[in-house]
Amino acid sequence: MTDWPLWEVFVRSKGGLSHRHVGSVHAPDGAIAVRHARDTYTRRMEGVSLWVVPSGAIHASDPADDGPMFAPAEDKVYRHPTFYDIPDGITHI
Amino acid sequence: MPSLPPILPRDVARAERMTHAGEHGFDAPVVDPHGAALFEYALRLGDDALILGQRLSGWTGRCPTVEVDLSLANFALDLVGQATHFLGYAGKVERRGRDADRLAYHRDVLDYRNCLLVEQPNGDFARTMARQLLFSTYQKMLFDRLLVSADDFIASVSAKAVKEVAYHEELAAEWVIRLGDGTEESRQRMADGLAWNWRFIPELFDRDDVDEAMAGAGTGTDPTAFRDAYDARIGAVLTEATLARPADQRPILGGRRGHHSEHLGHILSEMQFLPRAYPDAKW
Repeated sequence: MTDWPLWEVFVRSKGGLSHRHVGSVHAPDGAIAVRHARDTYTRRMEGVSLWVVPSGAIHASDPADDGPMFAPAEDKVYRHPTFYDIPDGITHI
Repeated sequence: MPSLPPILPRDVARAERMTHAGEHGFDAPVVDPHGAALFEYALRLGDDALILGQRLSGWTGRCPTVEVDLSLANFALDLVGQATHFLGYAGKVERRGRDADRLAYHRDVLDYRNCLLVEQPNGDFARTMARQLLFSTYQKMLFDRLLVSADDFIASVSAKAVKEVAYHEELAAEWVIRLGDGTEESRQRMADGLAWNWRFIPELFDRDDVDEAMAGAGTGTDPTAFRDAYDARIGAVLTEATLARPADQRPILGGRRGHHSEHLGHILSEMQFLPRAYPDAKW
């Protein structure tokens, strides 16, 4: 049981929200991984839906590439939609 | 020291007459037959859950992985929760002022009414999962029928518990299938685990006068009515696990009447230690 693969766990906390990564579990296969995720991460009513994904199936960015990957966005404040005048009386924006 | 008054011949004669007339002895307490059967029935439901919950909690910290540790601890918590409801109800029906804790912690082996299956030792993980499949399948089918109990309390607890035990049954079946259809060693362990627990199945369906009284009143259900469905469900899991059905053995009965295996005393001595040693303890 020490050679069980790792699975990443995603929980939808309520209808309408997206699944969020909450952690990982070890399990021999997907069906048991869902059970383990349920018993590990939704014991306190944290969720209404679960996804598990083999950790090996995730392609991740390389922390060594932080510069080229993320630094160019730093000085592009105009990409935030904060340069509009919002008329009076508009709520929920 | 004053001596006790002598038993007079007329008292003896009166007791004899009443006994022969099919009545209880002259000093027997007056009981309401429905209440007495309901008390027994609630005790059985509660004790099954309590003892298996206690058994499973013995795995905590010792499971093969932390995920399985949580699974079994969750099972145990579900079961102890069910026991709290049913024993609390038994105490209410009994009307002698005993609450769920009193019934759980201050009864001895002979007064426990759980089936023998739930008190069997955990053994290895395979044997624990074999026991779980055999018991949870029974409990699921039982609660499915108690959902429509004429007794509102039993119906409402069953409605909550049936979802818990449905999950227990599913996960136990997953493990029986994986271990049965796994490696040579896991297969052998699961076959051994099933064979160990197999002789305790007939007791689950051994209908007695309490079952009949409760089924007749619409409060309970006749367990023999779902024996075939139970065999079919267990058979389907075994087929998927590529395991043969264990050979039938001489059944062992008696738990419902307080005739328990040696194991229950050991379970109780651990479970009841704290409230017996510290009667005023609060938690």
